[in-house]
Amino acid sequence: MTTDTTTKDTAAGAPAPGDTVLDARGVTMRFGGLTAVRDVDLTVRSGEIVGLIGPNGAGKTTFFNCLTGLYIPTEGEVRYKDKVLPPKSFKVTAAGIARTFQNIRLFANMTVLENVLVGRHTRTKEGFWSAVLRGPGFHKAEAASRERATELLEFVGLADKADHLARNLPYGEQRKLEIARALASEPGLLLLDEPTAGMNPQETRAAEELIFAIRDQGTAVLVIEHDMRFIFNLCDRVAVLVQGQKLIEGDPATVQGDERVIAAYIGEPMENDPGAAEAAEVEAAEAAAEAEAATDAAPGKENDR
Amino acid sequence: MTTQTTASSTAVTPAATPPTGLIGIPAPVGRAVATGGSALAVVSTFLAWTWTSAFPGDLTVYGYPGGLQVLVLVGGALATLFGLASYGVKGLGWLAPAGADAALKYATLGTFVTAWYTVLAISFDLGGLVNLEPGGYLVAAATLLALLGALALPFERPEPDPFDPDDTGWARFTHEAGHRWATLRAAFASGSPRPVRALPSHVEILIIVAILALALVVFTYGIGTGYDELFVGFLITAGFGFSALNRSGLIAHASQITARHQNITVCGAFVAAACFPFTQTDDQYATLGVYILIFATVALGLNIVVGLAGLLDLGYVAFLGVGAYAAALVSGSPSSPFGVHFPFWAAVLVGALASLVFGVLIGAPTLRLRGDYLAIVTLGFGEIFRIAVNNTDGTSGPDITNGSNGIASIPDLKILGFDLGVQHDIAGFTIGRFANYFFLMLLITAVVVLVFRRSGDSRIGRAWVAIREDETAALAMGINGFRVKLIAFAVGATLAGLAGTVQAHVTYTVTPEQYLFAGTTPPNSAFLLAAVVLGGMGTIAGPLIGAALLFLIPNKLQFLGDFQLLAFGLALVLLMRFRPEGLIPNRRRQLEFHEEADAPAVLSKTGA
Repeated sequence: MTTDTTTKDTAAGAPAPGDTVLDARGVTMRFGGLTAVRDVDLTVRSGEIVGLIGPNGAGKTTFFNCLTGLYIPTEGEVRYKDKVLPPKSFKVTAAGIARTFQNIRLFANMTVLENVLVGRHTRTKEGFWSAVLRGPGFHKAEAASRERATELLEFVGLADKADHLARNLPYGEQRKLEIARALASEPGLLLLDEPTAGMNPQETRAAEELIFAIRDQGTAVLVIEHDMRFIFNLCDRVAVLVQGQKLIEGDPATVQGDERVIAAYIGEPMENDPGAAEAAEVEAAEAAAEAEAATDAAPGKENDR
Repeated sequence: MTTQTTASSTAVTPAATPPTGLIGIPAPVGRAVATGGSALAVVSTFLAWTWTSAFPGDLTVYGYPGGLQVLVLVGGALATLFGLASYGVKGLGWLAPAGADAALKYATLGTFVTAWYTVLAISFDLGGLVNLEPGGYLVAAATLLALLGALALPFERPEPDPFDPDDTGWARFTHEAGHRWATLRAAFASGSPRPVRALPSHVEILIIVAILALALVVFTYGIGTGYDELFVGFLITAGFGFSALNRSGLIAHASQITARHQNITVCGAFVAAACFPFTQTDDQYATLGVYILIFATVALGLNIVVGLAGLLDLGYVAFLGVGAYAAALVSGSPSSPFGVHFPFWAAVLVGALASLVFGVLIGAPTLRLRGDYLAIVTLGFGEIFRIAVNNTDGTSGPDITNGSNGIASIPDLKILGFDLGVQHDIAGFTIGRFANYFFLMLLITAVVVLVFRRSGDSRIGRAWVAIREDETAALAMGINGFRVKLIAFAVGATLAGLAGTVQAHVTYTVTPEQYLFAGTTPPNSAFLLAAVVLGGMGTIAGPLIGAALLFLIPNKLQFLGDFQLLAFGLALVLLMRFRPEGLIPNRRRQLEFHEEADAPAVLSKTGA
């Protein structure tokens, strides 16, 4: 990838956060008796990268699904550029919010180029009759779509694999393709659900550069992630979700230093430091367990059949 | 995706033993025997195989091959050519771009099976081996020798997987069986063909013409086979011959060349199909032709719904029925309560529109369902159509469709003063009633092919495939899933209705019993789906060939009788086990089902 790395200090000088793109107010999502997301407010302004972190099961993906119309929030509303979002996911995309999925959901048996072309669906109009009659408008629109899709593939660095089946790409490239497909719908806000899950450090670094490049093109980004280093490097603002509620929101440094965040992730320290007695007790228990396992293992093998 | 390193990479390193064949004959001897035996088989077809003409086809004549002898002659000639090509004879190199050995094995196997089938059929039919003339013995021996010789040709054996010493006896047995099966497959495998040279485009077009002419000859021969034995022999020879050509790499070359001239190929295919009635002397086989064409066209329409959009529709034949009934009601038939007689273009519009409305009415509530539920509901609607038509007879309901008697004596069409019901003489050829309808049906097929090709390779077609692949992701990409699916459903229904309008006139009568879910005669919903799956989902040629086979096999093999559906089911099970992507696979699906294939995973041309 050839995009220059925009680091934190340049980000501060980059176009100041402008108008509010996404405005979620009091979003609550209940599944029967379970409240997965409770009264969460979140705003994203244009030209901003906002991170959403939280331990497993905190409700991050549920909140994401509320934003993208896959779920309809039980309470609260989500506004995109001052318009309340329609409750259908394809209308949300048409409005200007595109997303990727936590577990990659490409169209596995379509080519890389076709995947991106599908992303162009909302920005093109040619219907069935146009396809059958093939007037000049059809060819023009098709050529424009292909050109735009090729540009996007170049942008994410997959141009040389345009004719490969999506299923045959390596994992990191599938992630990139998912981003390219989402960008094809020309979104004002891009939602990334764990974009670096399962990536090695180099790939994570590349993903970081890609997201900066997307931001520099004027698209706001909201990203869910577990990788703390990644998120604190990347984001202008970070919100922490714990047990369905927003714990804190602020710039990375504030969030990083907040005790409640550490507590939510690692657990609270015991009230008194563990004394020697407790430590010895734990060690003894471990030793006993090991010994038991060793004696069990040998006869266990024979009975295995 | 895990790429597995298989034996092919390890076998390159100098192995301890040189590659050997399945049979312990030295390779040069085997090659000579295979080639010579095939040549001898060709010669033997000019001899008499039996003394009496009681066996159909008259195999008693010296110097003039007849019936099954022709098939053996073709197989033997093919095997001889591959044998010579394997020697590297100058001028035959084009025959085997992927190596001639595997092709030789298939060709000799095909010749052997055909010849022995013939010899055994003679013996069984006429009661004993005494009925064979020396020619019969000669062909049996020659083809057996050729097969043994071909099996002695060397091939790269796969490395056996190491044993797990803890394995039980049964696990060891399956392990060995698996290895033996892999070895057998390797024996018949071939390398990947070298890329086809860039030829001048007029040469390539000539090649396409030759291919289409060959296809026409094969089809005409198959449809014209007069007795069971000949049709079985035809299926054997055609099947093995196709495999041999496939292994030799010729099919790959042909598809590369046709892919470069897609429009010419499609137009040429229609011209070739239009030539079919001119090859016939009477209307007997044109009848089969027009029924096959109706069946194939409806299957192709179903392929939009099933193959592209991935909507499993088990009641598709109802749309054919709606089109047929609509056309019949306005055809001026005496049993139609309306008593109107529309011209053909208006009848076609009425039929297509009725199917469209019916399709939208059924699709709107059902397409909110996914997967199995959709299949069940469409199955139900298919039956509802038939039962409703059965009951609107004036006693159980309003008098519209004349109940189970159907609408009878539908008059023949007259288009621009051309009466399709009578025989015409065109340039010395006699074109009968069914041949007339064959031409009309071909026009409808062309419309369906056009719609399929163009809509498949467009924004809407990509949306269909995306919905099939992952509906949630497609919705998140801004595709209005319900709308797009409804379009697919409606287009499929309209095309079926279009075919139905012609079908009503061809069959004179429409009755509810023509539009069952499953029956012994196509078209019915089960056979339509089978034709799509058998031929290859998402392709154009697939359903056409699938429909032709599914129509011809029950039609020709009358001796199967009550076992027809059983045989059909068995054949489908075997096909799904060994070739799940269908006979004419979509490139996409082939890659999907055969990940181990080391073909470069690149789609050169999108769509079907």
